[in-house]
Amino acid sequence: MKYQDVEIEDTFAEAFEMWGSRLIITAATPGWAETAARVATGLATSIIGCGCEAGVNQPLPPERTPDGRPGVPALFFTTSKEAMEAQLLTRVGQGVMTSPTSACFNGLNVRERVKVGSRLRYFGDGFQVSKYVEGRRLWRIPVMDGEFVVEEGMGVRPAVGGGNFFIMAETQEAGLAAAEAAVAAMVQVPDAIMPFPGGIVRSGSKISSKYKGQHVSSNTPYCPTLRGQTQVELPEGVQAVFEIVVDGLDEGAVRKALQAGIPAACGEGILRISAGNYGGKLGKYQYHLHKLVRG
Amino acid sequence: MGCLSCAALARASGEVTLRRKESSSIPIEAETISPDRFRGLSEAQIARLPAYYGRRLVTLGDLFEIEGVHTEQIGVEGDVSHVKKIGYGMTRGSLTIRGDAGPHTGALMSGGELTIDGDAGDWLGAQMKGGVINVMGGAGNFLGGAYPGEARGMNRGLIVVRGNVGQEAGLRMRRGLIVVLGATGDFPGAHMIAGTLLALGRLGPRPGAGMKRGTIVALGEAPELLPAFRYSGTFEPVFLRFYIQHLIKEGLMLSQRQLAGLYKRYVGDFNELGKGEILVHV
Repeated sequence: MKYQDVEIEDTFAEAFEMWGSRLIITAATPGWAETAARVATGLATSIIGCGCEAGVNQPLPPERTPDGRPGVPALFFTTSKEAMEAQLLTRVGQGVMTSPTSACFNGLNVRERVKVGSRLRYFGDGFQVSKYVEGRRLWRIPVMDGEFVVEEGMGVRPAVGGGNFFIMAETQEAGLAAAEAAVAAMVQVPDAIMPFPGGIVRSGSKISSKYKGQHVSSNTPYCPTLRGQTQVELPEGVQAVFEIVVDGLDEGAVRKALQAGIPAACGEGILRISAGNYGGKLGKYQYHLHKLVRG
Repeated sequence: MGCLSCAALARASGEVTLRRKESSSIPIEAETISPDRFRGLSEAQIARLPAYYGRRLVTLGDLFEIEGVHTEQIGVEGDVSHVKKIGYGMTRGSLTIRGDAGPHTGALMSGGELTIDGDAGDWLGAQMKGGVINVMGGAGNFLGGAYPGEARGMNRGLIVVRGNVGQEAGLRMRRGLIVVLGATGDFPGAHMIAGTLLALGRLGPRPGAGMKRGTIVALGEAPELLPAFRYSGTFEPVFLRFYIQHLIKEGLMLSQRQLAGLYKRYVGDFNELGKGEILVHV
């Protein structure tokens, strides 16, 4: 199958069950809301090394946030609820609470919650104040610029992580341009994030290594400079590969993001779109590229 | 929880209507006027529900003309300013009083929407545990308060009064939100345990007397505070913006701009726990 002269490989992306959460981070200005959200979601590219995958969605206008100030939705994905609670406690405590004028609210209206504000409240050293409004409890923690307001619990729900596709390009420049175009399309999809830097992975991995004790290593079958040294599974002419990984609050969000990104990546200098999987043996979800492109 | 303006549509969409047969100054107790009590009943069965006319046991049919079948939506018409306990303990549905309401209206309610097109008497929403009360006029004393001998007043829910209210609004309030667009009488938030009283009009004298925790917000002219309160700083309270967004979603015609800006924070009452606060808009 081809889309705009780009070969779409007949394969699928294999995605996994995760736990997802969404926070709404607000501040006095859009800039400070963005800063707090980016810091809270920083260094969260891969579960493997970071314990969490996270990213931000499109900023919200004031009238759509819980406190009527500029805000940014921040999404987080972990392998368990316990891990989510630990991650949010650290990231909100160290990255949002510390940020000027910030506040942090739950952005996922589900029954299951993890404790965030109810644990951070102790930072108030006895001077914290609780406010309860129709099922939502806020904690007001005294800080040096006034008060940090944080919601008691943050919603957490089963989610999907690891949706992906590979962009195989004639040059690094062409591949990067295509990946950027894909990410620009995918960030418009709510409830989904691309956790890697700029949404793009240049150093994909494989789950094996020649070294004892190391479980992952560079995705050598997709490394274009190793053609003379090992089995490289790239079409002739491909000199660069970029991967885009997407996590979403549900299967549909990942699907929509992939459906937005793949066509956007099919530009000049792109030879093939592929995807990563484990033969369907590990992940619960499969996103077949042909189905995604056909719609 | 429901929308503050939704009850206005109840009539158009079908309801049980109770029309007072005649005006009277004799007190009437009618706690059976409640969506919970009317549920599943026919007009004839509703008419046989008990009420007290003075000390005489009568039926609702003796006092009201009753028509309609939508028993979770009730409309009450005519002079019910002497009728006590309408909506007492209700947990569901909507109840609209198209005029003035008597004392103890909505007391101990824990759900549903209660709308009063006129003024409400004393003890409106006393010790309520949930639901919404929306008053187009004013209200009497002890709004959302605790009855004598009881430790706690209102524990959850929302009360909005567009006019003035009497003394001791929010007496021993434990939780929930009271919004008064007019002026409050003496001792607003007296012995408050927690919760929030938002006074957009003039805040009455001696606010927060005996309060332990809780928040009184004064947007009108600067109130006269008791000496057991101390100035604690000036800041922009973000949590208030959260309250305003919530009230806007519930249909109240408010804007962030009305409450934006700085507030002086006074903490007290230091004759008690001293963890209450009065926020005075600068």
